[in-house]
Amino acid sequence: MKNLKQYLIAGFGGQGILFVGKLLANIGLISDKQVTWMPSYGPAMRGGTCNCSVCISDSLIGSPVVSEADVVIAMNGPSYDKFIGSVKKGGAAYIDSTLVDSKYDGDDITVHYVPATELAAENDLKGMANIIMLGKLIKESGLADSETVKKAIEASVSAKKANLLAANLRAIELGMNS
Amino acid sequence: MSKTLMKGNEALAEAAIRAGCKCYFGYPITPQNEIGAYMSERIRKNGGVFLQAESEIGAINMVYGCSATGTRCMTSSSSPGVSLKAEGISYLAGADLPCVIVNVQRGGPGLGTIQPSQADYWQTTRAMGHGDLRLPVLAPYSVQEMVDMTAEAFKIAEEFRTPVMLLADGLLGQMMEPVSFNEIGGENKDDGQSSPNWAASGHKNKREKNIITSLFLDPIELETAINERFERFEELRAKYTRSESTNTDDADIIVTAYGSTARVIQSAMEMAREEGIKVGTFRPITLSPFPEKALKEATKSAKKVLVVEMSMGQMVDDVKSALEYKLPVEFFGRQGGFVPGPQEILEVIRRMK
Repeated sequence: MKNLKQYLIAGFGGQGILFVGKLLANIGLISDKQVTWMPSYGPAMRGGTCNCSVCISDSLIGSPVVSEADVVIAMNGPSYDKFIGSVKKGGAAYIDSTLVDSKYDGDDITVHYVPATELAAENDLKGMANIIMLGKLIKESGLADSETVKKAIEASVSAKKANLLAANLRAIELGMNS
Repeated sequence: MSKTLMKGNEALAEAAIRAGCKCYFGYPITPQNEIGAYMSERIRKNGGVFLQAESEIGAINMVYGCSATGTRCMTSSSSPGVSLKAEGISYLAGADLPCVIVNVQRGGPGLGTIQPSQADYWQTTRAMGHGDLRLPVLAPYSVQEMVDMTAEAFKIAEEFRTPVMLLADGLLGQMMEPVSFNEIGGENKDDGQSSPNWAASGHKNKREKNIITSLFLDPIELETAINERFERFEELRAKYTRSESTNTDDADIIVTAYGSTARVIQSAMEMAREEGIKVGTFRPITLSPFPEKALKEATKSAKKVLVVEMSMGQMVDDVKSALEYKLPVEFFGRQGGFVPGPQEILEVIRRMK
């Protein structure tokens, strides 16, 4: 459990929650870490709220299920309500402020507000608010260098969607500069 | 990059194909649908057959027919579906037919839940069908082991002419982890259709016919067949019984679990050790044959044993009996799809101290 980082990513079906989790896990894998990715599966996948747990660690990961997270990414209101209380003290939350109206009242965690859905729409990156959020996370946490991120995107994007590689990179950059 | 990120179910399917599995028969059920979905595309590209049967019962009987011809084959399902396969599994065992059967466990009884569970331990190790039968049961605890044990399951099945059960759960099926397929190949890397000498595979009158059946109306014949089968299981016990012990030498408390729960007890052990509580872990890798000797060895210095399962307590019976009821054995379990967390296991350990 050395240097275990636990991430919870949540939103609604279609926002690419599982994909951005996979991308995050691939960043861990390319950085030579142990990683796990666990989706919420079942009825929740069909249009309702959707979440996934990602763990990145230097040693064997026990449970891949995250109940208390170092980092929460919340991409809609219900996800914010459900998971903001799951952030460990001293942890961080990344909120898509286009879709979440609430503001966190407290100073025990660091909260970053990113109007990711709006930024995506303005920059012709529709459907990539998830990647913009990850860009912000990478910038704030120093998770990985740009070469690692690029490799992780290449490993995560399926061959059929290879034409979206450049857009993903642009979305990461946009998030880093937001 | 030698490792890729894959879901347990998909990795298992890929491993089966690489281990020479030629035919897959199944019927959809969550949380193992990715196995069938993956097979439907990939096994065909590899010259194999994917067939979605009309039911689980249909699928297991297709496995019977396919295996009878000496073709390497498998089926997979989840708890309610495995119950439906029980009759066919008994017939496969009675006819000494090799195959691999995967159970990605979900909660029961009945339709229960689609979330992870380990409540099929008794069914899998004790009563996977009617009649005198013992099946080898392998329990992976990571996506990499889903891969390695699938290949091993085919090997054991053919070496001992028996159905082999792979007992996973929804967590292992659904989670992604880095995985490598480098280790697969070797002995299994033939065409999966080697036509062993017992197979009903057509012989152009060049040899005596082979009869594949589980019906033996002559009492002497049936008794002989059963005794021979159990002798084979004892050979298998000597050769393949597996387990893993960690930090057991100085341990006061041994925590034991199999499958995905065995990951969580590792974390709980680390947390307990940090508090100065001497905890070790023991993980049965084969649930049948159960690693009795290794468990005795692992608990030599222990004063107490804790069994953790996603059930009301089933493997705990095997632990108590392996330890000849000489050590106090406690149990902690979660049901309904909850995976026990390291913190709640640590609290039980603290109480036992």
